[in-house]
Amino acid sequence: MDLLRLITCGNVDDGKSTLIGRLLYDTKSIFEDQWAAVQLASERRGDAGPNLALLTDGLRAEREQGITIDVAYRYFATPRRKFILADCPGHFQYTRNMVTGASSAHLALLLVDVRHGLTEQTRRHAFIASLLRIKHLIVCVNKMDLVDFSQAAFDRVREQFMEYAERLEAPDIQFVPIAALHGDNIVEKSARMPWYAGTPLLYTLETVYVLNDANHVDARFPVQTVIRPPAAPGPAFTGYAGQVASGSFRPGDEVVRLPGGLPARIKAIHGPAGPVGEAFHPMSVVLELDRALELSRGDMLARPNNLPATGQDIEAMLCWLSEQPFDPARRYLLRHTSCETGCELRTVRYKLDITTLHRNPDAAPLGMNDFARVTLHTAVPLFFDSYKKNRSTGSVILVDEAANTTVAAGMIL
Amino acid sequence: MPHLHLSQLDSLEHEAIHVLRETAEQLPHSAILFSGGKDSLVLAAVARKAFAPAPPPFALLHIDTGHNFPETLAYRDQFARDFGYRLLVRSVQATIDSGRAVEETGPNASRNVLQSVTLLDAIAELKLDAALGGGRRDEEKARAKERIFSHRDASGRWDPKNQRPELWNLYNGRKKPGEQFRVFPLSNWTELDVWAYIEREKLPLPSLYFAHDREVFLRHGTLLAVSPHLPLQAGEQSARERIRFRTVGDMTCTGAVRSSAATLAEIIAEVAAARQTERGTRYDDRRSETAMEDRKRQGYF
Repeated sequence: MDLLRLITCGNVDDGKSTLIGRLLYDTKSIFEDQWAAVQLASERRGDAGPNLALLTDGLRAEREQGITIDVAYRYFATPRRKFILADCPGHFQYTRNMVTGASSAHLALLLVDVRHGLTEQTRRHAFIASLLRIKHLIVCVNKMDLVDFSQAAFDRVREQFMEYAERLEAPDIQFVPIAALHGDNIVEKSARMPWYAGTPLLYTLETVYVLNDANHVDARFPVQTVIRPPAAPGPAFTGYAGQVASGSFRPGDEVVRLPGGLPARIKAIHGPAGPVGEAFHPMSVVLELDRALELSRGDMLARPNNLPATGQDIEAMLCWLSEQPFDPARRYLLRHTSCETGCELRTVRYKLDITTLHRNPDAAPLGMNDFARVTLHTAVPLFFDSYKKNRSTGSVILVDEAANTTVAAGMIL
Repeated sequence: MPHLHLSQLDSLEHEAIHVLRETAEQLPHSAILFSGGKDSLVLAAVARKAFAPAPPPFALLHIDTGHNFPETLAYRDQFARDFGYRLLVRSVQATIDSGRAVEETGPNASRNVLQSVTLLDAIAELKLDAALGGGRRDEEKARAKERIFSHRDASGRWDPKNQRPELWNLYNGRKKPGEQFRVFPLSNWTELDVWAYIEREKLPLPSLYFAHDREVFLRHGTLLAVSPHLPLQAGEQSARERIRFRTVGDMTCTGAVRSSAATLAEIIAEVAAARQTERGTRYDDRRSETAMEDRKRQGYF
C-alpha cells in the first residue's frame, strides 16, 4: 500500500467540509465517539444537523468563529491506498496556510459550487496549486443536486475553468460532478448523472499515478548530520546522514562534494533496516564513502556529470507568510535543504495579483499573502535546482533572524 | 512494490528519521518523552535506528504521575536497558511535595494536568531545547493542527493561532534562550500504522495492551481499573473481567476495553474494526470540547 498526500481547497461554503466528512464517513474513518462529540457540539451550537465542519475545525477559536483557520490533517485509508489530507482554510486571509498545505501535496481537490462557478478564491487556489507544482488537480463541481444534475451546468464550470487554466502550469486536470452531501460520484458512480463518463472521486484518488512526480534523475544528497560513534575497537565509522533530495544513489557510485568538487565513491548505504542497494527520494539513509571528505551539515553530494546550479543570487517567486511585512532594516536567514545562511532581498521585480495574474512592478512593501518575483542574495553560495525541476532543492524559507519566525516561502526559478 | 517506491510504512519511517536527525542538529539538548505507551516506544525504537551505529543523542524522560500501572514501570526500565537509553524520571509527587502543584480533590481527581508542571520543571532543570513526543495528528482534533516542530514560549505555552508555517521538509527550530519546542516525528502516523510497525519490527510491548483478567468498574461510561488511587464510590461495583488497554496512561483516567485479543495479530484486527477512537477511553480528553488544546496551551505534551 502506498501513500497519497492531498489538499482540499476552494471557496468558503463550496462544500469542502461536507466533502471531507463524506470521504471520512464513506471510508469508515469516523469513529462513534467522534461522531457523538460532533452531534453534541452541533446541538449546543444550534446547528440544524450534525455539523461536519466540527470534525476538522479543532481549535477553540475556529469553533467559536465557525471558520477554518489553520491546516488540519486527516487520515483515511482504503484497501488500495493511505491518504493524508491537508484541509486548507478557504478565507483569503489564510492564503498562507494553503501554501503550507500545498507544499507537500501530490494532488489538490478544488471545490467549486456549480451554481456560482469560479470565484476569485477558486482562481487563487488553482494558481497556488500550480505555483507549488501540484501536478494533479481534481476540480470537484459540487452541489449538482441543486441544478438538477444538469450536464450543461457542469460543462459551463468546466469551460470556465479550462479557460483560466490555460494560463497555469497544471499538467493533469480532471473534473468530477458531485453532490457531496448525498454522496453522488464520491464512492459509487451516481445513477443521477448517467452523462458523466468518468470514474467516481474516490476511485480516481486511489488510482492516480504519482510515482513519476518525484525527480528520480538528478542525484542530490544534502548532508543533514554526521554519524560518528564513540571510539570503539576496529576502524572508525563516519557516515553522512540525510534524506535523498532527488535521484538515486548506489554503492560504487562516484559522487562529488559540494562545495569544493572533491570526488569519492560510495562504499555502503545504510537504511533503517540495514544496508541497501539503492537510495532514492524520500529515503533517509547514511552514506559511507571510500575516503574522508570531511563533509558537514549543509554540504551536498551529487554526481560529477550532473551538478546543481550554484550561486549567491537566487531568482525566486516568494510568498510572504508573516503578518509583519518585509522590512529592509531587518535581517533574514534563508533555509535551503540542510543549509542555513544569511540572506538579503535585493530586488522585487514585481508583485503578482493572483486573482488576475497581473504583474505589478510598482510594488508596495511585501505583506502577508503577497506573491512576488524577487532576487535574493545569500551570504554563501547555494547549490540548487529550479523548483520546477526539483521540489527539494528548489524550495527555500526565509526566517526573521531576531523574531525566529518563518516569514516567507520561496520557489527558485 | 515498483522500483523507486516506498510503502506507506516505510515513507513514514523515513520521514520520522529525517525529523529526528533535524532535531538532533537544531535542538541538540532534547529528550524523548517516554510513557511506556506504544507511541513513545515506537518513537524511541525509530530514534535508535536514526543514529545507528552511534547511540541516540537523546535520553528518555518519564514524567511519573505516581499513578502508573506497575506493569508500565517494569516495562519502562526494561526497555531503556534493552535499547541502550539513559532513563530520566521526574515525579509529579515531588512537584506536589515541593508545593509547586496542588493535588486535585474529588472523585474524578487526576494528576493529568499536574504533569505539565513537572514536565516544565524538568525541561528547565535539564535545560532541554525540545521534548520529543510520540503524539499523532489522528489522535485528537487539536493535535491535528499542530506542527511537527511545535514552538513553545518561555513558559512552555502553545499558541495555536500563532504557529510557524511548516513547508516542505524545512523545519524551523530557532528559538530564544528559555523557549522550547515539542517535536512530533510520528505526526503523520495513524494508530494502525503504529501497530503495523510494532508487528514488523517485533517490538516488545507492555503487557497491559494484551487481554488479561482484572478487577474493573464502570464510571461515566468508562471501564476503569480498581486501584488504591481510584476508590469506588457509593453505588459503584467492581467485577473481574477480561480486558485490555488501548492506551497506556494513568490508572485514574485510562479506560479499558473488553477484549480477548491476546496476540499482536488479534490486537491489530481489533483496532482495524474498532468503532471508537483510542482516546475515546481517555477520561482526561472528555473534560471539555477543547480539553487537549487547553492543556497544550498550559504546556502539556
